[in-house]
Amino acid sequence: MPIVIFELPDGTQRKVTADSGTVLMRAAVSNGVDGIVAECGGNASCATCHVYVDDRHSDLVGPPNDVEDEMLDFTAAERRPTSRLSCQVQVSDALDGLVVHIPEEQV
Amino acid sequence: MSGTNAGVVVVGGGQAGFSVVQALRGAGYEGPVTVFADEPRLPYQRPPLSKKAHTEPEGPGVDLVPESFYRERDIDLRLGEYVAALDTAACAVTTGSGERVPYEHLVLATGARNRPLPVPGAELAGVHALRSLDDALTIGRALTTARDVVVVGGGFIGLELAQVAQAGGARVTVVELADRLLSRAVSPQLEEHLRERHERDGIRILTGTAIEQIEGKDGQVHQVVTGQGPLPADLVVYGIGATPRDELAREAGLAVDDGVIVDEQLRSVSDPRVFAVGDCARHPHPHADGLIRLESVQNAIDQGALVGRRIAGGAAGPYESLPWFWSDQGPVKLQIAGLRASTDEVRVVPGDSDTPERLAVYAFRDERLVAVETLNWPAEHLAARRLLQQNPPVSPADLAGSTLGALARARRRKEVRA
Repeated sequence: MPIVIFELPDGTQRKVTADSGTVLMRAAVSNGVDGIVAECGGNASCATCHVYVDDRHSDLVGPPNDVEDEMLDFTAAERRPTSRLSCQVQVSDALDGLVVHIPEEQV
Repeated sequence: MSGTNAGVVVVGGGQAGFSVVQALRGAGYEGPVTVFADEPRLPYQRPPLSKKAHTEPEGPGVDLVPESFYRERDIDLRLGEYVAALDTAACAVTTGSGERVPYEHLVLATGARNRPLPVPGAELAGVHALRSLDDALTIGRALTTARDVVVVGGGFIGLELAQVAQAGGARVTVVELADRLLSRAVSPQLEEHLRERHERDGIRILTGTAIEQIEGKDGQVHQVVTGQGPLPADLVVYGIGATPRDELAREAGLAVDDGVIVDEQLRSVSDPRVFAVGDCARHPHPHADGLIRLESVQNAIDQGALVGRRIAGGAAGPYESLPWFWSDQGPVKLQIAGLRASTDEVRVVPGDSDTPERLAVYAFRDERLVAVETLNWPAEHLAARRLLQQNPPVSPADLAGSTLGALARARRRKEVRA
């Protein structure tokens, strides 16, 4: 099963084992990673699961979908080129070792 | 009985109760924390229950967090245990099994219960309401064979379930007593679009129609008799509102009026050691004229978090979170930001030719934007949530020929330049 590393704003890292096929948000929430709020439960409704994909992995993760792309303009923390909503990122074996950064604010 | 070691007792294991304990430990609270959750399973999310057909006996993976979350944070999660009585003089609760548990702070997060369907035949097999995961599984299993489904109540849950049933291949009729859908919750302008969309999907909608009785054959529902004649039915699902579970507070002598009455700190107006959060709390709000009670995930999360932080001794001002809400009804994503009550001007902006499914309804009061309803336009909803919390408020003139998304982007550019 792929391992994903969530880096909190203070620099601490949480390494979690994610099931292939689940979404990144779920992997964070079910492992109690702070900073991924996911108020809507993963329906691309609330933009409170915003993450910055590490530069080394952004090509691998790919760009946001159309709805997500528009929503990312209104996240609480600033949008960056590597911004994604973690409820829209499917975890797969190809993402083993992925590092994502959690922004300061979600709501 | 009370004392600094008695800790926090949370009554209720739904979204609001969970939010309380998450915030307590998140803010560094080190005293004992006990949660009484009357269902014998880990606290779970309710919104997904009405948005698809659930059939897996082990549940659809809707747990809020795994069991380890509670264990690692030393949260005493009492599943399947309820609180039978509250002794505010002694600062203790008594559980259903007679155990007495003292508290320093008590948080009521007891939620709401469905209004029963007040017609003959409501007890027949095949007539269901939805609140718990067990309800969702019962309905999910019934939907695998149902051919004619009658949904009683054109509210959020009813319309979500109507789309689920329709997608599963059943013939679906929604019966609503009021003369429009969602009459207390959304504008007539939005309702018109929504109704048309559901009807285009093949859902039959009868508004202004009463249910007279439900008739069965061999104890199983067979048809629903309405003011407009009988409707064949092998499954009836009703969602006609909910009432707060405030009886513990009432029996303990706390002020209750369709919900536990709390102040702007979400503290019972009768007892400073007792808080109420989520569906069961009736509270003041800077955007409302009187006390309000909200049934939403946002309200449950934000109220729970505020009380958790306050008890932990962290900074927590009055409760003033912007209310927001969503309902996914098949292909329609409906979202609301702000409180729509008592608006005096409404403007409707449809999507363009590339996005014909979109719609935004802007509601103003005294020349200020106070609420925004959207269909299939989450970005506009998010822009609304940002702008409704910013100064200066948005005026009708600001929005002339524009959208909130465009306005929010323009304001942000201005900030960056300044």
